[in-house]
Amino acid sequence: MSPLDPLLSSPYVQMMRVHFDGHGDELTAILPYADTLVGNPLIPALHGGAIGAFMEITASAALLAGTRLAALPKPIDVSVDYLRPARPQDVYARGIITRQGARVANVRVEAWQDRRAAPVAALHGHFLIKPEGES
Amino acid sequence: MADDLQTLLDSLAPLLVEGSPHAVALGFRLERIEPGMAEMRAPYRDDLIGDPDTRVLHGGVVAALLDHACGLAAFAGLGGRDATATLDLRLDYMRPAEPGRDVVAIARCIRASGLFAFVSAIAHDGDESDPVATAAAAFMVSRVSQEAAEKARRAFGKSATPISKVEEE
Repeated sequence: MSPLDPLLSSPYVQMMRVHFDGHGDELTAILPYADTLVGNPLIPALHGGAIGAFMEITASAALLAGTRLAALPKPIDVSVDYLRPARPQDVYARGIITRQGARVANVRVEAWQDRRAAPVAALHGHFLIKPEGES
Repeated sequence: MADDLQTLLDSLAPLLVEGSPHAVALGFRLERIEPGMAEMRAPYRDDLIGDPDTRVLHGGVVAALLDHACGLAAFAGLGGRDATATLDLRLDYMRPAEPGRDVVAIARCIRASGLFAFVSAIAHDGDESDPVATAAAAFMVSRVSQEAAEKARRAFGKSATPISKVEEE
């Protein structure tokens, strides 16, 4: 069983068709383009909420990949900076665990499209975690 | 003035959610839009569940709902003329939404002037005084979003007379 299975069995994650590409300890989340992700068709740009949700999923994946958890991480607070309009194409994201305690983890995520050096959005947030074997 | 803005917002209301494919895909419904204020509902849906064990809606759905409601409040706060881009959105998840219940976001534009609008919002699942999440967001009138607004005006042509009426003032 992959540590990401609990996340991949989430109906919302399945609806967004988010999947992951792991190489060693590098994990990239992929949000495949769909017409239903567009927020404003006149720009056109993907919905900011979809990008934010995708980055929250990426943060959960980073935590699940790093530690054995008894439950899905729960967001406590998140802050999203929108840096560029996200074009109607695939979005990629990677999460970094800045600090992980026994109950709370601080995670940073960057999302990009054509160039990783030109991120479309960045998230940082705190997540409640429940490491396996602890009550 | 305020009545004119309300007329304008009423005339645009059908487009403000239905014009956004992602908001439509998530089933969002506009409940209310007034100068500087927007209320939007996310009906509970099984395919929006985050954790199948708890059947609680995914945080991302609440995030998207708050993002959209805040954007509408900023739009309505800036006079219903300017399209805005989100600069940032900060979310506090106070408690899980009750499984089976709709989530409603209420967003208020605290201040709008010139290019910027600041919005504060809550999301609740039945009781406004017991929110599931709160949000604070900053918006800016950007060149990209302005070009989109111009396109919208051209596309809707004469049916968008309320917009030109406001512009002449």
